[in-house]
Amino acid sequence: MDTDQIVPKQFLKLTSKTGYGKYLFYDWRFDSEGRPRSDFVLNDPKYAGRQILLARDNFGSGSSREHAAWAILDYGFRAVIAPSFADIFYNNCSKNGILAVRLAAEQVDYLFENHDQDISLDLPNQTVVAGNLKASFEIDEFRKKVLLEGLDSIGLTLKLGKEISAYEARNRVAPPT
Amino acid sequence: MAEKLTEPNFLPPVYFISPFGLFFHLQNLPPATIFEKIWNEHIVYQEPGGPSLLYIDRHLVHEVTSPQAFDGLREKRRKVRRPDLTYATMDHNVPTSNRSLPIVDQTSAVQIQTLAKNCSEFGITLFDMKSPDQGIVHVIGPELGLTLPGTTIVCGDSHTSTHGAFGAFALGIGTSEVEHVLATQCLWLDRPKTFAVTLTGKRKNPHAVTAKDMMLYVIRKIGTAGGTGHVLEYRGDAISDLSMENRMTICNMSIEAGARAGLIAPDTTTIDFVRGRRYAPKGEHFEKASEYWESLASDPNAKFDKSVEFNVSSLPPQVSWGTNPGMVADVTENVPDPTEYSAGNENERKAAIRALEYMALDPGTPITDIKVDRVFIGSCTNSRLEDLAEASIVVKGRKVSPSVRAMVVPGSQQVKLEAERLGLDRIFREAGFEWRESGCSMCLGMNPDILSPGERCASTSNRNFEGRQGSGGRTHLVSPVMAAAAAIEGRFVDVREWL
Repeated sequence: MDTDQIVPKQFLKLTSKTGYGKYLFYDWRFDSEGRPRSDFVLNDPKYAGRQILLARDNFGSGSSREHAAWAILDYGFRAVIAPSFADIFYNNCSKNGILAVRLAAEQVDYLFENHDQDISLDLPNQTVVAGNLKASFEIDEFRKKVLLEGLDSIGLTLKLGKEISAYEARNRVAPPT
Repeated sequence: MAEKLTEPNFLPPVYFISPFGLFFHLQNLPPATIFEKIWNEHIVYQEPGGPSLLYIDRHLVHEVTSPQAFDGLREKRRKVRRPDLTYATMDHNVPTSNRSLPIVDQTSAVQIQTLAKNCSEFGITLFDMKSPDQGIVHVIGPELGLTLPGTTIVCGDSHTSTHGAFGAFALGIGTSEVEHVLATQCLWLDRPKTFAVTLTGKRKNPHAVTAKDMMLYVIRKIGTAGGTGHVLEYRGDAISDLSMENRMTICNMSIEAGARAGLIAPDTTTIDFVRGRRYAPKGEHFEKASEYWESLASDPNAKFDKSVEFNVSSLPPQVSWGTNPGMVADVTENVPDPTEYSAGNENERKAAIRALEYMALDPGTPITDIKVDRVFIGSCTNSRLEDLAEASIVVKGRKVSPSVRAMVVPGSQQVKLEAERLGLDRIFREAGFEWRESGCSMCLGMNPDILSPGERCASTSNRNFEGRQGSGGRTHLVSPVMAAAAAIEGRFVDVREWL
């Protein structure tokens, strides 16, 4: 699933970060007349209000557009579970407070097969529990801390201003000539 | 003594300054890959057991992924730390038709004006739509000498991997990270793993089988997630034989293999390309910088986390048949059967069935029986002078098939001007191609150049995702010479028969 499908290019022209939920999976959700496609999962009323998006391998591949993460969040999802994610998309998720969880393919298969079961996601303990499944997932400590505490990562980095200035002085970083 | 960056008063890396440092460097460091050397050289701060804060030497900015980042700075009353290391252009949204006319699409116009306002407010150099240096950000960076070996380069665009062709660590980032780099000139990164992709062998017909074919083949073999979490280093005689323009085509599509970045060690080809460019170092400084650049190549015993090797000597031209860049066949083959293609993987089989349905192709159809309606020669993958010159050889003296609409979109104003000086525009126009202004154009359908639903396009771009070139449009990824030949015949042909 590439980010062109998550938010098609015609919706990238806005200059805001909000309001992309209605464009999420646009070409899969709506036909060429803009009518909901009855065979697309998000159009089934029983899935309304769900907060965890289940996906397959290499989710979020392709374009770096952060609009994909903004759309997922704006639609109401708080977390995405997949066997693997594309690198840029994975970063974009954590920058927006979306928890991207990697599980083994069989575990994701189980969640797809039992998609009516409640899934509980525990970030501090790094576990996913649903029915008979009790799985743990990996996340690096830094990312976890930023997600849990909702930290402003630019603010954190600016506290390292001295180190950055020292690097610039040491390496004589000067503009191109 | 080697010099690291580019500036007239630029001092060598710190460990070269002290004789003990030099001794330590030569005696005790384990063999390293070029990527590891660049990485280590740019660490500003290391979070114990966590990510590294890396210094960014060049930040390239365009209109689509930057407005929210500048808004974020304003909200927090933050400045751009190094406007002097930040360069912007307009490429994704710009129309490629007459530049003197106003932009019809109001949302595009607003995004373009927003970039101009932001650059002026924050003091960033902008190559705007009227600039003779405007072009696709990944074409103009190298052209202007902003892209230099040994540097770290970021841009809010996944195809930033292109710049890796110069032996730079260049990667695409999201908008939050764009804001972070604007504010701090640094980026937090977990160190990616290393992946050696070795290509060997002399191509029998290097005009007909290009870097694009080599890279489509690599993606076909390692898969669209094969490079996830890795930096690919392209090596081997088939890589060192390539021109810089072809190397850029290879590195450009690293992201299509899922990689964080791709790079090629600098050599004399690289140095000759960079010499004399506007923002490249000059004179003595250039000579010193070149020595440093040549020292960056991976050490002979350097270890890679992963490696593959392919011989490309008898590689045929490649054509994508599906809806991801790993769904690729030789031009001499047929559209595959989903069951055979998937080799037992059920999700792959379903993806291939959906892809063939979207592409309106039947398994077993010879690739050369596929007819095209549109041909697009352009994009950050294949819009440089050499791409256009090679395609013009195929086109010269021939006519575009009456059922095909074909366009050439130079990657930059400089490419366009140079091509016109060489008369390439006349060759294309006389054959029936449209000759356009520079920009991303039909690579991603954010500007007026799009496919209509159901239209099929032979495209020199990088992504064949559903709807990429316009909702319902069908994209086949090929090289410039393959695209040119498809324009003439109205279907795919094995261009080896023509060249």
